[in-house]
Amino acid sequence: MAELRATQMLVPNMHLLTVFAPEVARGMRPGQFVIVRAEEEGERIPLSVADWDEAEGTLSIVFMNVGGTTNALAALPAGSTLPTVVGPLGKPTEIDHYGTVLCVGGCYGIGSIFPIARALHQAGNRVIVVLEARSSFLLFWEERLRSVADALHIITRDGSKGLRGHVGRLAEIIAAAQPIHRILVNGCTFLLKRVADVSKPFAIKTMVSLNPIMIDGTGMCGVCRVSVAGATQFACVDGPDFDGHQVDWQELLQRRKQYVREETLAYRSSRGEEHRICQGHAHA
Amino acid sequence: MPEPSKKKLDLHRREMPKQPPEVRRRNFNEVALGYPVETAVEEAQRCLNCPKPSCISGCPVEIDIPRFIQCIAAKDFAAGIRVIKEKNCLPAVCGRVCPQEEQCEAACLLKKRGGQIAIGRLERFLADWEAAQGELEIPPVPPPTGRRVAVVGGGPAGLTVAGDLIRLGHAVTIFEALHKMGGVLVYGIPEFRLPKAIVHREVNYLRRLGVQIVTDFVVGKTRTVDSLLEEYDAVFIGSGAGLPWFMKIPGENLNGVYSANEYLTRMNLMKGFLFPKFRTPIKEHRRVAVIGGGNVAMDCARTALRLGAEVRIVYRRSREELPARAEEIENAEEEGVIFDFLTLPVRYIGDGNGWVKEMECLRMKLGEPDASGRRRPIPIEGSEYRLPVDAVVCAIGNSPNPLIAATTPGLEVGKNGNIVVDEETGKTSRERVWAGGDVVTGAATVILAMGAGRKAARSIHEYLCSL
Repeated sequence: MAELRATQMLVPNMHLLTVFAPEVARGMRPGQFVIVRAEEEGERIPLSVADWDEAEGTLSIVFMNVGGTTNALAALPAGSTLPTVVGPLGKPTEIDHYGTVLCVGGCYGIGSIFPIARALHQAGNRVIVVLEARSSFLLFWEERLRSVADALHIITRDGSKGLRGHVGRLAEIIAAAQPIHRILVNGCTFLLKRVADVSKPFAIKTMVSLNPIMIDGTGMCGVCRVSVAGATQFACVDGPDFDGHQVDWQELLQRRKQYVREETLAYRSSRGEEHRICQGHAHA
Repeated sequence: MPEPSKKKLDLHRREMPKQPPEVRRRNFNEVALGYPVETAVEEAQRCLNCPKPSCISGCPVEIDIPRFIQCIAAKDFAAGIRVIKEKNCLPAVCGRVCPQEEQCEAACLLKKRGGQIAIGRLERFLADWEAAQGELEIPPVPPPTGRRVAVVGGGPAGLTVAGDLIRLGHAVTIFEALHKMGGVLVYGIPEFRLPKAIVHREVNYLRRLGVQIVTDFVVGKTRTVDSLLEEYDAVFIGSGAGLPWFMKIPGENLNGVYSANEYLTRMNLMKGFLFPKFRTPIKEHRRVAVIGGGNVAMDCARTALRLGAEVRIVYRRSREELPARAEEIENAEEEGVIFDFLTLPVRYIGDGNGWVKEMECLRMKLGEPDASGRRRPIPIEGSEYRLPVDAVVCAIGNSPNPLIAATTPGLEVGKNGNIVVDEETGKTSRERVWAGGDVVTGAATVILAMGAGRKAARSIHEYLCSL
């Protein structure tokens, strides 16, 4: 059980939770995640961690309201109790002195790329941050990310800020900033795939933080399996970071859609209304 | 040897009432209904009360079986349950899921005559009788010794260690990775075979004895074993066999192909069958194939059946080699599970949208016995055929979860990832660290895990007393 200390809607549909979970905060490293239950009857969902404060014993979690569980989470007021917050889970992101690194964040990944960018910055890398969103009003934490970056670029679909267009425009940023020694991406599966596609011709190692369906998060259920370089890996314990050029994206995207129909049902029933569900294709 | 009894041997084992198959295949209520009082007493009265009882040696936790059976025969049920609880803190569980036919009942003198005493059913009877009386009796706990033990994993092994050590006056804390206590008893074994209320009751019993329980805590991640050793005098690892095996055949990552762990966890721990009231979804499949022939395969098949599917067990050997308990195989057959013996899946075929549509199988024949003593299945060339399915549950086994081994330097681990221990004491290669249950043996049974827990508790107690 974990006390919800504060809640905030950062931008429409994107929420920040501050959770008191000192045991989890103590061991947290960039790139790790937690499994959360919003209610007693709730499912267990994996959420990336956007920051933590060991002294305060708190975690910051940014997530997008897309389904029944995230909707229930978003509706909880500060002071309520989350039945489950367990972690830190998964392997931490490999932090090293690479030289120049590109950190790309979209959706909730704008939050979870922050501790990674910070750690890479502290490790002496030249850090270039790229934030991707449909429109400028969906951007958040820009200043916070700027504080740990040597340069920051923005791509918006509607051109309301930064470069106009989809993530394909990342190619221009990469070309201009070469040599880049590593790319790290956090965000929805579709964004991860697109970044991996864009970076492949440049032959820059691109680590993507996968977020497949999970239940226990400790390697027990095997639902999070992904094919990487032809071998089956469990994202919860072997990942969540993998080489984006080796991931079988088609399989992963299909596996993520397994429960779309049920998700919709749960979401509608949790809201008592019908609502459009944000899918990866919004980035297409 | 004197005549055990003047009366004529009664070789008629009393049947336990069950829900009829056509009714139970549509509900998740418990299948077996338990002995009524008169039947239990009759069954108990058949016991010869042998002067040198062999049944006890068949019990991994050494319950004084003849003594509790004589209590039932004398209708002193309160005394009977006390006898069991001297050795076993989970009688309602063991009375249901232990493979008694291979253990205590296999050693019963009457077995040779085909009428062995139904020891498991009698154990279950006493546990259920006690629960029906209301409050469970809490035995007195000795004054605290000041010693502290951390138990990793809230399954059968961990619960046994905790129960034994708390009653010796040591402070015990159990760390469980999931949000509910019970390990495989809550995530794996279905409601219709082991109602979860029974597990909660027995966990509560430990809690009332004073065991501290911490859920949502992954040892190896939230904290390491070494970090626990700074705070506790001893650590017991009973983290189970939670790493599912797959066959590594084409198409295994298609949607609709589950590990048994995933399928059962969705259904049992997360109550998927009550979706959307409980939020974790499970698909309603029409044709389900379960790969494997053990108890877990039976559990998956009977679960899928209750969700309305046509279900087949696909097993590469013949009926004779099925590793599941005879009772579970019979239950599955009665309920309408189809068995495809001598059949090996070789690949899964998708529908073009990522979902499994068919499985390709090979027919097998049996050859000479292999290392396991069972006849080796040999593929029959050119016998490929396709079976339409919209879900496959892979129930071919599990190995120990590697999280703890990977984060505990100096802990000796075998080639299957199992923790290596001294068999008699459960001691690992690390000072002050014991282990037992599936994490040592690989996937086995509840009672073997409990037996390992008992041995480890004895050894931990000896160590704590030496401090």
